[in-house]
Amino acid sequence: MAVLDIICYPDERLKQESETVEEFDQALKDFVADLEETRLAGPGAVGIAAPQVGMAKRIAIVDVSKMKKPVENHGYLLMINPEITKWEGMGKGREGCLSVPDFTGNVIRAEKIHIRFQNTDGEWTEFDTHGFEARAIQHEMDHLDGMLFLDRLVSRRTDLFQRKVYKK
Amino acid sequence: MKKWSVLTLVGADQAGIVAGVTKALAAADCELGETSMMQMGGNFSMMLRVRHDDIDLASALKDICQQLNLHLHIDDDVDGKTEAEEPDVNITVYGADRSGIVAEVTGALADAGLNIVDLETAVGGSSDKPIYIMTIEGKACNGVDALNDAAKNISAGIELNIVPIQTLRA
Repeated sequence: MAVLDIICYPDERLKQESETVEEFDQALKDFVADLEETRLAGPGAVGIAAPQVGMAKRIAIVDVSKMKKPVENHGYLLMINPEITKWEGMGKGREGCLSVPDFTGNVIRAEKIHIRFQNTDGEWTEFDTHGFEARAIQHEMDHLDGMLFLDRLVSRRTDLFQRKVYKK
Repeated sequence: MKKWSVLTLVGADQAGIVAGVTKALAAADCELGETSMMQMGGNFSMMLRVRHDDIDLASALKDICQQLNLHLHIDDDVDGKTEAEEPDVNITVYGADRSGIVAEVTGALADAGLNIVDLETAVGGSSDKPIYIMTIEGKACNGVDALNDAAKNISAGIELNIVPIQTLRA
């Protein structure tokens, strides 16, 4: 196990599309363990994606179960080859990224998503999620497509009445 | 020795103000930090934090200010802090326009521990029934509950929405 180096923008590897994982072997399990250790070393990081450590593979981790202010969650999520198959609603939230230190900005994301992904044995899982967990998943999946939250920044003036518009 | 200054420029709006001013600053080897620039009525206003080799900023901007008829004000930066505080609460306010809305709302929120990071206001609605709209991002130094309590004492007719910002770090 090892904490890997986080690569930061403008490293071009962050702008590349990652490849589908096809080998579900021990090397994959070892890499995932290192990736999680790296996430835990990043202060307060609720997610990490393989491209952030220079590995162009469709692997991401999200865990919003330990927030200071708790949010609904599905616990630790290791997502291999994740796909979002449904989106619903939109909401604005503030995001920061281990690969873009010292900056946070507002980003619009889908409120509710249906997600499916594989585990390290190649088995598929799927479920609906919403809110902060859905936001974190979308942030990480963007990394797999070579996108950063910087690509989705919106003006502070966008979406004046967030709660009125998005009240459930 | 590099130093930071804060520039304020205001003038009648026209195309090319940002381009002209920033070109003059770049030519004088100034680096820009945070900036805020917008139309305000028929004016254009700019505030810029600028890092420079202790040069005479007024002379560096003299020609462009004359050409575009801009008023310039220069302050020394109070310190070299490069980042604004990170907001943890978003507040939107609106109501039928009248004088004193901003004073009342920000007064109550300041007493409840709100440190404003960013505030913008606009007037909308029809000309015979204008509404005043304000968006605030700030730091709730005494917590968001204290702000919610303070909001209960705001006059009827002013709508306040206070939403905590939970920043995603990933």
